[in-house]
Amino acid sequence: MAGNREFFNRRLHSLLGVIPIGLFLCIHLVVNHFATGGSSSFNRAANFMESLPFLHILEWILIFLPLLYHAIYGLYIAFTGTANVGRFGFFRNWMYLLQRITGVITLIFVAWHVWETRIAMAFGTALNYQMMHDILSSPFMFGFYAVGVVCAIFHFSNGLWSFMVSWGITVSPRSQVISTYVTMIIFVVLSIVGIQTLFAFV
Amino acid sequence: MAETKTVKFIITRQDSPDSAPYEEEFEVPYRPNMNVISALMEIRRNPVTTKGNKTAPITWDMNCLEEVCGACSMVINGKPRQACSALVDKLEQPIRLAPMKTFPVIRDLQIDRSRMFDSLKKVKAWIPIDGTYDLGPGPRMAETKRQWAYELSKCMTCGVCLEACPNVNSKTNFMGPFVFGQVRLFNAHPTGAMNKAERLNAFMEDGGIQGCGNSQNCVQACPKGIPLTTSIAAVNRDATIQSFKNFFGSDQI
Repeated sequence: MAGNREFFNRRLHSLLGVIPIGLFLCIHLVVNHFATGGSSSFNRAANFMESLPFLHILEWILIFLPLLYHAIYGLYIAFTGTANVGRFGFFRNWMYLLQRITGVITLIFVAWHVWETRIAMAFGTALNYQMMHDILSSPFMFGFYAVGVVCAIFHFSNGLWSFMVSWGITVSPRSQVISTYVTMIIFVVLSIVGIQTLFAFV
Repeated sequence: MAETKTVKFIITRQDSPDSAPYEEEFEVPYRPNMNVISALMEIRRNPVTTKGNKTAPITWDMNCLEEVCGACSMVINGKPRQACSALVDKLEQPIRLAPMKTFPVIRDLQIDRSRMFDSLKKVKAWIPIDGTYDLGPGPRMAETKRQWAYELSKCMTCGVCLEACPNVNSKTNFMGPFVFGQVRLFNAHPTGAMNKAERLNAFMEDGGIQGCGNSQNCVQACPKGIPLTTSIAAVNRDATIQSFKNFFGSDQI
């Protein structure tokens, strides 16, 4: 296995992006959508998530460690590529570049977001509707969150497309075109869910 | 007085592998059906720049002159392609020529594509047929499969896909898109398939399969229309299965 460590790392990076990080993103977006039902509806959902058994273990194994690996190795991948859309302005080349840009933006957003919510909670601030309302009532932070959420969703959706190519699921050009459509529909639908939630907090 | 029609060229030149590149302009008399090679030959005949300075003739590589050998690849008006099949009538002027900088420049437009041949050796892109005794005839290949495989065999290691790939650069050791087509070609051959696992394992090492970032420029840029991205996904699938065999244990061949 010595010779193919890079292969293993890259495949692990691809897998973790979908399972568990992609799945977690979906759950996170869905649970947060309770905010559209008002503050008590959101607080009930948040309390349920916080009361899950083995919460810390679940968080570390399913969220923090995979996310750290994906983020750090992802930065390495992003910065060993050279953008050349100026010379080769093909659709997929733009998606290649956007995948890397949204990845970096998502990393900055997620780092700030975790600091402001989960780490603040660990230091004793209650994580509830009021906390998010306070954060998002600043127009700047609302914009930052909107950009961060859309970038994260794009990175996930387009990442699903390349996941299917990297593991050899979609081989034919036709299946790759159709999976482009499907993943872009996922991007639009999840973006609506995410943005609706943000508006529900203000 | 009839004005003679000319073709204008701006050529990126470089005197030695380590020296700085510079540009020179040339104007050559137009002839019908000219390609970039014939214009370069014209400049070689009379190596004088537009400003009237006598200069060294331009160095470039060429061989077959019918887009089969891949030697005359260069960047023509920003696009990597073969100079032999680049017709002057179809190019916007001034025509800009530059070497494919992804490769080490030897001189002017001449580049060193050895890394591609080294890559092919690394992934065993051949079919071993030699033995210490007569091995007899190999298994037959279905005609439909032969026709399909022929498309992959058109690869001329011209280097255009490496030039177009954002992941082939000095920061990575990615071997480049063309290797996928060749691994798939030799793995598809009935005799070549006997070494499929070896080939895949070699291609899973550093600089291999995982270097692809799915920008899919290669398939757009390939002058021979080789289904490179299909080959990438197909080899990815084979590598997935091979890595499972390697780790969980199964008959490895």
